[in-house]
Amino acid sequence: MLGSGLLQGLKVTAKNIAGSFHDPERLVTVEYPEQKTKLPENYRNFPFLVSENATDPMGTLRCVACQICEKECPPQCIYIEKSKDKKPDAAGKMQVYPAVFDIDTSVCMSCQICVEVCPFEAIKMDQVFEIATTDRFNALLLDRNQLAKPNSYYHQIHPTEAAEVDGRLLAERKAAEEKAKAAAAAAAAKAAAAAAAPKPVATPTATAGAPGAVAATVSVAKPATPPAAAPVSATPPAAAPAASPAQNAPASDGKAAP
Amino acid sequence: MSNSGLEFPAPVGGSHVAAVHDPFHGDLLEVSMGPHHPSTHGVFRMMVTLDGETIVKLKPVFGYLHRNHEKLGENTSYLASMPYTDRLDYLNSMTNNWAYALAVEKLAGQPVPERAEYLRVILAELTRLLNHVCLAGFLLQDTGASGTPLMYAFREREKILDLFESLSGSRMMCNYQRFGGCRVDASPEWLAGAKHITDNFGRFLDEYEELITGNEILMARTQGVGALSPELAISAGITGPMLRATGVDYDLRKVDAYGVYSRFNFRVPLGDHGDTYDRYMIRVLEMRESITILQQALRDLPAGPIMDPKAKIRGFRPKAGEAYGRIEGPKGEIGFYLISDGSPNPYRYRVRPPSFVNLTVLEDMCLGQTIADAVIILGSVDIVLGEVDR
Repeated sequence: MLGSGLLQGLKVTAKNIAGSFHDPERLVTVEYPEQKTKLPENYRNFPFLVSENATDPMGTLRCVACQICEKECPPQCIYIEKSKDKKPDAAGKMQVYPAVFDIDTSVCMSCQICVEVCPFEAIKMDQVFEIATTDRFNALLLDRNQLAKPNSYYHQIHPTEAAEVDGRLLAERKAAEEKAKAAAAAAAAKAAAAAAAPKPVATPTATAGAPGAVAATVSVAKPATPPAAAPVSATPPAAAPAASPAQNAPASDGKAAP
Repeated sequence: MSNSGLEFPAPVGGSHVAAVHDPFHGDLLEVSMGPHHPSTHGVFRMMVTLDGETIVKLKPVFGYLHRNHEKLGENTSYLASMPYTDRLDYLNSMTNNWAYALAVEKLAGQPVPERAEYLRVILAELTRLLNHVCLAGFLLQDTGASGTPLMYAFREREKILDLFESLSGSRMMCNYQRFGGCRVDASPEWLAGAKHITDNFGRFLDEYEELITGNEILMARTQGVGALSPELAISAGITGPMLRATGVDYDLRKVDAYGVYSRFNFRVPLGDHGDTYDRYMIRVLEMRESITILQQALRDLPAGPIMDPKAKIRGFRPKAGEAYGRIEGPKGEIGFYLISDGSPNPYRYRVRPPSFVNLTVLEDMCLGQTIADAVIILGSVDIVLGEVDR
């Protein structure tokens, strides 16, 4: 009968209207600013820089300004300048740090390539999406002070991923330590075998480059002498770089291996 | 030229209609539909020449969304092109990723673990569902069913997008496939969610068909409108549902059997007339086949790694050579042609977009139809301007 298809369709519409009052499968919207859905853990938005310590974010950035992300970034929204000096990273190794690290979030397309190519787990994706602003240029150009967020925040937004990353970093650090220790032991054995050498070469000055030269006892003293004291150039808030090596848990001598 | 002494304008754009010489007949009218026209699915323009309400000439004008995609691909590394492929056909980023990953894997001789192949199939079929459900909604919007079917379609699409978001981190710009596998592994909860959606999708399709397929107005508007002959479709290089609606049995999932598609049991629906109604029905039937593929893939999904351990993220340089990777996207054959000279960037990067090629026969389908039909014929071609203009 002509029109029966129309009536059948209207029946479906009526079912949906009625269903939208009680069936969650048919009513899937929320009243946004008041109500918010929970973001999935994998949700990504814009990158941030991970720092080890919440109290001194600039002093404990994981980033070593290797500029791989700057090269790989598809829309080229990252700008990095290397520092002239070095300061110790979480493992106590002397590293270059970013003197300038800018991300233009108006250009960023949230693709996560920077996170994937970073060998130091230093840049991760944030979940803050309510960043609309009336300022078109400066408000969206984030410098390293705005980008730095502590590792605890990373644990908060991506718990499983952050735990995995921490485990991997710890394992890497341990492996480096073992290797250094083994090398040191081998060197010590060699020195002993050299039959009554007058004096072992293990002076604290030789620590940085040559892992084999240092015995384990000497290395404890090493982090206490931060060379050149890492002048965190022109960062008004929390410029206390001297505090940084204190929280380096393992007092490893120069994990020079990787 | 006419004996009444009236001056007729020269035929517009080279078209020639005999009736113009009749003094009682009106002039031809050239209408520019678009680029900002709600029926043109983005920034697409149809220069339509009308004789009354009948189309005598149609010239597609595009390029308003041109973003230099291919040249960008030649100036960035292989990996950095991956997020750009999301933006080609922005409804189906998962299949775009897959086609590009397939091309690069062919180029570099990179194997893919089995679990990743299954995940790719699952995501590609979910993408097919959401693309076709969008098309069905928009096509009905074009016929004048304002809102209701589109809203129901988008409701279902949203559920799939939530799945994509919880897996890849983004609803539409997934950037999920990598050379040699996938980026993130699917958790058991995610797979349970995918299974829930797959199982319920059939019920939604039943309801949707009840709502619209038997509708007399839809049949009157679409049956016999915009018919495409199989000969023309083949010679113009049409692929995907539009080709199968004309009755040509050509589906890359069967022809190439890329990935693990040879392990699944599914049928390829074919049309009879190649008209707009067939093109709509093909999509509905394909969704039903996608559900059966999804059920098989979710059932058989093996455990194991999702990324080949030898795959390189940094410093990826395939050896010199060329490769063409193609898959059956929801809109048709999406292919990437790459030439490598051994450097980190491709020497040549070329996209074969399905909806661009499918758009080439628009004039042939529209000639002799009314202007209102041109809107639904365009809707049934299923274009996305991000892909047409690149």
